[in-house]
Amino acid sequence: MRMDTDQLIRTLAADSHQDRPVGFVLALALLAAAPVSLLMFFAELGVRPDVMTAMHNPFFNLKFAVTLALAGAAMIVSLHLSRPEASLRGWAWLLMIPAGLLVAGISGEMMVPQRLPMMTRLVGHNSRVCLTAIPLMSLPLLAGSLIGLRHGAPTRPALAGAMAGLLSAGLAATLYASHCTDDSPLFVAAWYTLATLLVAAIGAFAGSKVLRF
Amino acid sequence: MREREDEWTGLMRSAMSGDSAAYHRLLKAVTPVLRAAARRGLSRAGQPIDQAEDIVQDILLAVHLKRHTWDPSAPFAPWLFAIARNKLIDALRRRGKRIFVNIDDFAETLADHSQPETASSSEIAVQLNSLPARQRDVLQSIAVESASIKDTAAKFAISEGAVRVALHRGLASLTAKLREQ
Repeated sequence: MRMDTDQLIRTLAADSHQDRPVGFVLALALLAAAPVSLLMFFAELGVRPDVMTAMHNPFFNLKFAVTLALAGAAMIVSLHLSRPEASLRGWAWLLMIPAGLLVAGISGEMMVPQRLPMMTRLVGHNSRVCLTAIPLMSLPLLAGSLIGLRHGAPTRPALAGAMAGLLSAGLAATLYASHCTDDSPLFVAAWYTLATLLVAAIGAFAGSKVLRF
Repeated sequence: MREREDEWTGLMRSAMSGDSAAYHRLLKAVTPVLRAAARRGLSRAGQPIDQAEDIVQDILLAVHLKRHTWDPSAPFAPWLFAIARNKLIDALRRRGKRIFVNIDDFAETLADHSQPETASSSEIAVQLNSLPARQRDVLQSIAVESASIKDTAAKFAISEGAVRVALHRGLASLTAKLREQ
């Protein structure tokens, strides 16, 4: 059997099926993956017992602003990168929002008197759990994000994969933040960032394999 | 060039809202440009240009299956050329060649209206044979025998919906097989 280009074109024109928008598929895939991460969270960690008191602490709440800003920015940028002609130019600043919030938090903390010295706040009590739990809870979400982005046509698959990593780390860190009793922005800047970069690296590697089209 | 690209964008907008005649015209219009770019890419990489048609078909399949990523408020040409460039680089990489392909190479490419090389069997044709029977039959009927969806449904005594599904799945699995090789 042969198929020349004219025949192929006629065949393509006969196929009226159009895939759904990438954002829709990405949302579905994330919704499917979320229960797995939630299950991991409630089975192993759970919300910290003093959460009602903690909610009066602005530095506790800031953690959620940072992680959700990261997830939101990474979702917008990764959807943008799912278009073949897209580049990061004009979009990368979105990722500066969570970083900016963290810097604002750190300066805010500097201005109020603290019980604990800086190094103690930075090192915290949960760095090891933080570095394990965020990447592990990210993995199902990362798989979901990559499945969603596969419906797109990213011409920079590693970069799009890294954004999927940031998106899933942002969501996983949101869960983790409700467990962790280290609320200092210094702790967040050190350990959350490290965990997030690890997931972004995994995402970039996986993306370079699975996001080619 | 500007005029050509505006025309493409208009055709693609109609195509996306279901006008298959406009879609057909668009694909016919872009193919000579893609062919010229593929030939140039191959010759720059020191490869025989008789493989250009495989690359053109590869690009057309990707354009078709990824057309939902085109934003109707954006011009069509940059989107098309980004996909074409990606596929051309991929094709050359599979042949062990790495070359830099500039996106402007496409935008400035003149249509090449000379006849395509008639390779005895294109990559697509080879992969067609490995498709499930239903998908292959439907593709054969529509592509080679120029039958309509309706006639194809009658011929195989299946519903038109089933023909549409087999057609789309067939094109998607063809693309997947081409990527895996």
